[in-house]
Amino acid sequence: MTKSVAPRVDFAKAPINAKLTSEDKRTLLREMLRIRRFEQASLKMYQQGKVGGFLHLYIGQESVAVGAVSLMGEHDHIITAYRDHGHALAVGMSMDECMAELYGKATGCSKGKGGSMHFFAPDKNYWGGHGIVAGQTPLGLGLAYGIKYKGLTGAALCFLGDGAVNQGCFYESLNMAALFELPVVYVIENNGYSMGTSLERSSALDKCLAQRAEAFKIDWDQASGEDVYQVREVTQKAIDRAHKESKPTVLEFDTYRYYGHSVADANHKGGYRPEEEIEIFKKQHDPIQCFKARLLDEQVLTEEQYGIIDTEARAEAAASIKFAEVSPQPTEESIFEDVYFEVDRQTEAGRTGKHFFND
Amino acid sequence: MPLIEYREALNQAFAEEIERDPNVVLMGEEVAQYDGAYKVTRGLWKKYGDKRVVDTPISEAGFIGMGIGASMLGIRPVIELMFWSFAAVAYDQIINNAGQIRYMSGGLINCPIVIRGPANGGTNVGATHSHTPESWLAAIPGLKVVTAATGYDAKGLMKTAIRDNDPVMFMENTLLYGEKCEVPTEEYLIPLGKADCKREGTDVSLIAYGRAVLTALKAAKTLEAEHDISAEVIDLRSIRPLDEDAILESVRKTHRVVLVDENKPFCAVSAQISSLIMEKAFDELDGPVGRVCSLDAPAIYSPALEPLQLPTPDRVIKKVREVC
Repeated sequence: MTKSVAPRVDFAKAPINAKLTSEDKRTLLREMLRIRRFEQASLKMYQQGKVGGFLHLYIGQESVAVGAVSLMGEHDHIITAYRDHGHALAVGMSMDECMAELYGKATGCSKGKGGSMHFFAPDKNYWGGHGIVAGQTPLGLGLAYGIKYKGLTGAALCFLGDGAVNQGCFYESLNMAALFELPVVYVIENNGYSMGTSLERSSALDKCLAQRAEAFKIDWDQASGEDVYQVREVTQKAIDRAHKESKPTVLEFDTYRYYGHSVADANHKGGYRPEEEIEIFKKQHDPIQCFKARLLDEQVLTEEQYGIIDTEARAEAAASIKFAEVSPQPTEESIFEDVYFEVDRQTEAGRTGKHFFND
Repeated sequence: MPLIEYREALNQAFAEEIERDPNVVLMGEEVAQYDGAYKVTRGLWKKYGDKRVVDTPISEAGFIGMGIGASMLGIRPVIELMFWSFAAVAYDQIINNAGQIRYMSGGLINCPIVIRGPANGGTNVGATHSHTPESWLAAIPGLKVVTAATGYDAKGLMKTAIRDNDPVMFMENTLLYGEKCEVPTEEYLIPLGKADCKREGTDVSLIAYGRAVLTALKAAKTLEAEHDISAEVIDLRSIRPLDEDAILESVRKTHRVVLVDENKPFCAVSAQISSLIMEKAFDELDGPVGRVCSLDAPAIYSPALEPLQLPTPDRVIKKVREVC
């Protein structure tokens, strides 16, 4: 596979980045590190059998979620697929509620009802966390519809993977995004593999995946996702288009996942991709190491500060494990909670008729 | 009371709810400028404009998903499927997104949408357009399923469905759109989960919903006139939530039951009700629970045969005489 080389343009000078304070920059680094340390901790717990189901790790892609989310304002919303831990932490969800959800505990963000693929935080404009490939793409469109309907200035950032672009509902969504002039930004995180099938083996394409937007006269852009500055610069243009013109954009960021499609993916090392490829990305294109080097170079970060940020992130992740360990399991009664709004609230509608049929 | 068509009763429900709540939006294929493929939304676009009545492209997965996404932000989309059969291409959105998002978010999200349209056979449009998916959808905890046999019920149930904060699948019927009944001009609501006794009787309970209620009523008339059998007709109106009390009350009264439904028999709504009656009213029964469903093959096109594939009064009468 071909990948973009390290960015040569200095995106630090882009207006959206030029205004960042030293502290802002360290925050971007901190957010990426928090995601990595959280996920490393979750992997460890998964391997110990503490976590059920699937675990799709975002490690290697942190710059995309952190860069894009750092631009979100009051009326901007975000939705993504099943590789959702990074976006969740980036919007401000706590490691505690995320780790507890992986453990399936009552204190989890979804009370143990969603698991790894289904983190949500509507209070932070974060609408999940969706398990079916591309199933979230019409929902992202709907968020944009809601924003426009209410007359708000906002954008819906809808993330999807390179494997999702071949699902029909994505194109139905693009068509309506253009037709109805909806402020949605589709962000394709192209990590090169839809599960174990490489981009070349899964997608017919000319230049890139985002180019398909041309068929709908939708503006698009493609960039390396490893430089958080560049992610911000490219995404900001799309958000501006959504805010100022109420028009959609399709973005594609080249990125890379170090782990498998999920942790259960045994073929990712030397199977469908060579081990050396993974090493190259880890050594030369790691978004955290690249950004760390950049901030050291800019003299807004010292090795000592980095050490503190990293230690704090590791400690936070370790504490989240403790939190999850001591948290209670959901009660058996809770199986029947959160099915129907009206039943949960015991409204008149919720008290009328039989909603559940076991007995 | 004015005598109006079923479609007009629905139309009034939409108009009233659009006026009552600024977040109510009608959307779907041909609902606006074309006035609706079955003219259910006639005149609404002209009256309420582009914002409230929205034509969509032929993209059921896309626009249903869009409606679900918008509902998460508090919009209340009322989405038309030209045929409920077309739900098959939007199944992921309906089942996984509308149906599961509340649960998977631990109750953080709710999805106040109505998906509506005709769900019936009997119009010679072939198997792909003639599905009755109420049993498929009622099998999904998180969804609600409503059917209306009359214009009066359609209006009252639709208004309630639009105000409900859960996803409601509303099943209409192209063969009923032109049926007339009296509908009051004053506002009224019919709760979901409340059945309606459409005819009192003492010898057998005919339990039905949707157009099958009319079939059952016709059968009841003949049973009384020609066979001296007094049949009670219970219209479920809502499949999920279900009015279990009304069903059991009628069984306790007549002790004999024939379920009439336009589903195919395997895992039909009537199969669920039959099981419920067996579990909860076994001792009340003086005979086996009978069922009259659509004949168990894909909906045939043949105009000569299709009417026979659906439950007919004759088949209902025959079944009643078997169990009485």
